[in-house]
Amino acid sequence: MTIHSDPYAESRETTEGRVYSVTGGDWDSLATEIGATKEERVVVNMGPQHPSTHGVLRIILELEGETVTEVRCGIGYLHTGIEKNTEYRSWTQGVTFVTRMDYLAPIFNETAYCLAVEKLLGITDDVPERASVIRVLMMELNRISSHMVALGTGALELGALSPMIFAFRDRELVLDLFEQICGLRMNMAYIRPGGVAQDIPAGAIGKIRETVDQLRINFKDNEKLLVGNTIWMKRTQNIGYLDLAGCTTLGITGPVLRSTGLPWDLRKTQPYCGYENYDFDVITTDSADVYGRFLIRMQELEQSLRIVEQACDKLEKLEGQPVMVADKKIAWPSQLSVGADGMGNSLAHIREIMGESMESLIHHFKLVTEGFRVPAGQVYVAVESPRGETGVHLVSDGGTRPYRVHFREPSFNNLQSTSAMCEGSMIADVIGAIASIDPVMGGVDR
Amino acid sequence: MSEDKGSFGVHGTGDTSGYSGLVRAQVTPGSSERPFGGYFDEVADDLERAFPAFSEAIEKIVVDRGELTLFVKRSHLVETALALRNTETLRFEMCMGVNGVHYPEDAGRELHAVYALLSLTHNRRIRIEVAVPDSDPHLPSLVEVWGGINWHERESYDMFGIIFDGHPGLTRILMPDDWQGHPQRKDYPLGGIPIEYKGATIPAPSERRSYQ
Repeated sequence: MTIHSDPYAESRETTEGRVYSVTGGDWDSLATEIGATKEERVVVNMGPQHPSTHGVLRIILELEGETVTEVRCGIGYLHTGIEKNTEYRSWTQGVTFVTRMDYLAPIFNETAYCLAVEKLLGITDDVPERASVIRVLMMELNRISSHMVALGTGALELGALSPMIFAFRDRELVLDLFEQICGLRMNMAYIRPGGVAQDIPAGAIGKIRETVDQLRINFKDNEKLLVGNTIWMKRTQNIGYLDLAGCTTLGITGPVLRSTGLPWDLRKTQPYCGYENYDFDVITTDSADVYGRFLIRMQELEQSLRIVEQACDKLEKLEGQPVMVADKKIAWPSQLSVGADGMGNSLAHIREIMGESMESLIHHFKLVTEGFRVPAGQVYVAVESPRGETGVHLVSDGGTRPYRVHFREPSFNNLQSTSAMCEGSMIADVIGAIASIDPVMGGVDR
Repeated sequence: MSEDKGSFGVHGTGDTSGYSGLVRAQVTPGSSERPFGGYFDEVADDLERAFPAFSEAIEKIVVDRGELTLFVKRSHLVETALALRNTETLRFEMCMGVNGVHYPEDAGRELHAVYALLSLTHNRRIRIEVAVPDSDPHLPSLVEVWGGINWHERESYDMFGIIFDGHPGLTRILMPDDWQGHPQRKDYPLGGIPIEYKGATIPAPSERRSYQ
């Protein structure tokens, strides 16, 4: 092993050839050295690093000049053992774990998990309509905030800074709504088996309607900046191509699948939470490239706004109805309320269990510490998350804790298509292609 | 599947509830009889017609909570998968992935691999389940049938130690390459340390009283 004299562009011999550690600012000395060798093939290790808000991803590229001949992804840097952890918690506590998987789409993780628990319990039809409408409302708001990150960071990665500013401005508006509704901006643990943790507070509907109007105006900024923009189109059109056959064999869902022209959206094809009662369109393009996926996300924002408005209408009609199943052996004993320090037990409930009813206290204690039992069996439930099919495979052995929780994460699955999209393309296009998959590493690694 | 004793998850002398003699057997849903209901009969019929070794390959069919599970013998897994994918009336062109489940009590069938299949053409879902013994955790890989199962098989190997023969590169995917053991197995400890908070000590999650 020989150590190069330059402390920045250190190099050493390995069995695979000479390895350089490049830290930036040392390109000249590197270029001189590489230029001296006859080898055209270079293996570049991109990362492991934090590409915007996607999480920590490592990409190993084999290059011939600027052309990519092989790409492999290295993942696992954000693995936190969430699935294993849920096996040591009650069914309700599981929500607080799964919400942290894909942290840009927490409501989708929670909803998928809760739908699965409810299916195992056989209470899917007992979930009150108001709870389902609130779930839809929250999911669509979450889809907007997630797509904003996808669009903003996607543009940022290709060197366009302004769209990111606009996208995060709009995302902030949605997160403010989340904060008003359930006290938290992310990782809310708001959806619970049997319904939602608490009803939406008074005045929230009005605020949501205001925000929807504001977002409609705000979305135009990014639309004007990017749609039809020559530079943007040159960077994204015919890049990251993956056709329908590629998508089916690789199990790709979500905007990437819809960019091949197939209108596959679980909200339409296999509705859950009452999505069949909402009027919205499934957006497709047929270009199967990065630009097509960008257009789909752009237009899905408007569709989500439409659903949010309809959900608000429904909520006004369902005012005062319950948001949790009637079965007191499953329903969380208290309706929570938002205090100055976030979500907590409502004072009325504390008064009841501490001062008025011993039975209520026992019931609360039993359900909170022991939890409820779920009959043995297994289910698979899927919802359409912003990235595709979020599937939950739940196994119960009849106990108060899940026997196995597995999340079929769309990011995990879709990231596999990196090789298919990028091999043969230029190295600069790899960034755009991966951005169009919109992988969130918290979901990939779980 | 398993047996619960008592009512409060306490064993030995700690249980003053009077329910310590209570035994509750947990039974997983068994084999189902026809008619299965919905499109499940059609799927079973079409597969039987398209796949001569059907009776040999399928151990049992379970319909539970509106979902169909085909228990397939590992020797016939690839043929079954191909029949499910290629037959025009079935067309399960997408495999949403595979994941493991560890049943240490199920002697000779400790490790289960569960595949979720989706048909875009017919808008249907089914599940295949294959059981292998812990002593011989080998399964044929289905990467040739559904390419997207590649990472899922690596994950199942990483987490459960199920070995998918014929996989193009069966290496760990989430855990570090030099990791020992397979974390999602039931005999693999969760880990964790006691946490002290305001003078009280809270044990690690796996050490706390369990109300199973």
